[in-house]
Amino acid sequence: MSQKLLLSAKEVNIILHRLACQLIENHTHFKDTVLIGVQPRGIFLADRMKNILEQEYKVSDIRLGYLDITFYRDDFRRGEKPLEANTTAIDFVVEDKRVVFIDDVLYTGRSIRSALTAIQSFGRPSSIELLTLIDRRFSRHLPIQPNYRGRQVDAINMEKVKVHWTENEGEDAVYLIAD
Amino acid sequence: MSELSVNHLLGIKYITEDDINLIFETADHFKEIINRPIKKVPSLRDITIANLFFENSTRTRLSFELAEKRLSADVINFSAASSSVKKGETLIDTVNNILSMKVDMVVMRHPNPGASVFLSKHVNAHIINAGDGPHEHPTQALLDSYSIREKLGSVAGKKVVIVGDILHSRVALSNIFALKLQGAEVKVCGPKTLLPKYIESLGVTVETNLIKALEWCDVANMLRIQNERMEISYYPSTREYTQQFGVNKQILDTLSKEIIIMHPGPINRGVEITSDVADSKQAIILDQVQNGVAVRMAVIYLLASKIKQ
Repeated sequence: MSQKLLLSAKEVNIILHRLACQLIENHTHFKDTVLIGVQPRGIFLADRMKNILEQEYKVSDIRLGYLDITFYRDDFRRGEKPLEANTTAIDFVVEDKRVVFIDDVLYTGRSIRSALTAIQSFGRPSSIELLTLIDRRFSRHLPIQPNYRGRQVDAINMEKVKVHWTENEGEDAVYLIAD
Repeated sequence: MSELSVNHLLGIKYITEDDINLIFETADHFKEIINRPIKKVPSLRDITIANLFFENSTRTRLSFELAEKRLSADVINFSAASSSVKKGETLIDTVNNILSMKVDMVVMRHPNPGASVFLSKHVNAHIINAGDGPHEHPTQALLDSYSIREKLGSVAGKKVVIVGDILHSRVALSNIFALKLQGAEVKVCGPKTLLPKYIESLGVTVETNLIKALEWCDVANMLRIQNERMEISYYPSTREYTQQFGVNKQILDTLSKEIIIMHPGPINRGVEITSDVADSKQAIILDQVQNGVAVRMAVIYLLASKIKQ
């Protein structure tokens, strides 16, 4: 197994700030905006975005929720391993809100397809956007594209893109892993 | 662990503590889902489940049906009263006919103990036992333990007394297995005629004095007298039974601590518990019913994940 560093901690930090600025550009005060971290890996990025927006750009009262998509996935009974659910924590309705889905890697688009179905259980948002740190180009199974993308990556299907977060893996970094 | 160790839920006797924990963790997610504005997930949209009820049921049948529909499964219902069983068809033939219509899972209630075990050996579908005579009622025991866990934080180390007709009760037997598996202390209480002879061999203690049993416990699970399973008289009169084994508010008020009252339903108000107890804050009877849907969703979901594509 070999791994190649795609983004260092410094590069990740610059990208996160750029993404925060792009969000502010489109959402200004975030009055009707809610951020939704897609479980399991999107929640770290979602937490970071909230912190940067609140602490460095002084946007107050950002509403953030976590959405688990396990029971909405289209590969139930199709994989080798059973699916394990995570916590959903959305203590607000998304009716008429501008929802921003946040996930670390956009690959086939199937997770986001599931999230689009799952979020409907919490109301009818006025719009839904997608923010991802990594966009794996040319590997989509569905017509889904991010509105805010950190870095586009061209990787073959055998390769894996892994995002590390300080709070989970001890460092901020993005690796390309090949078997 | 994220998979059940069994392919069917035939009884608590056949599952492990890890299985119970997995079912509870999964049920936690489903409990959150059934409290959303839209209470449905599409997980089982390509699964068909048959509910076969060869014995009367209201709560369990509705709870299973709701759980299946919340998971988006297709559901067919069958009750023995309006079926070819009356015309002399055997159980295997009845079920195989239903399965030939491409059914993936069977939820069955049957008056004969062991019916679901028998079925699991002869038909090609995942079986959930929804009560087999006086033998087992695993999903009821799971939802009872789940409700205790929700109320008291855990089941391990808790003292639970099961009061009433232990002899004819599948709820009692499944509860004893489930509670012991999770490390609870279990006592049974009732008229001697309604306590099975070798019940202590299951690791439970026996008490015939209701007040002493209630004074000992954290949770009292009150059972109904199952008159429909009695061919002889096991106690002199309902009035005398109520005097000795019925729980009322006065009794609860004399206890040194506040205990939790559970009942699997249907309640005979004024017999095993009075209305003021059934409707009191100490009773978690309606929580049990709500948890029943979440727990059954978890069991169905986890067994469905084993159905081959």
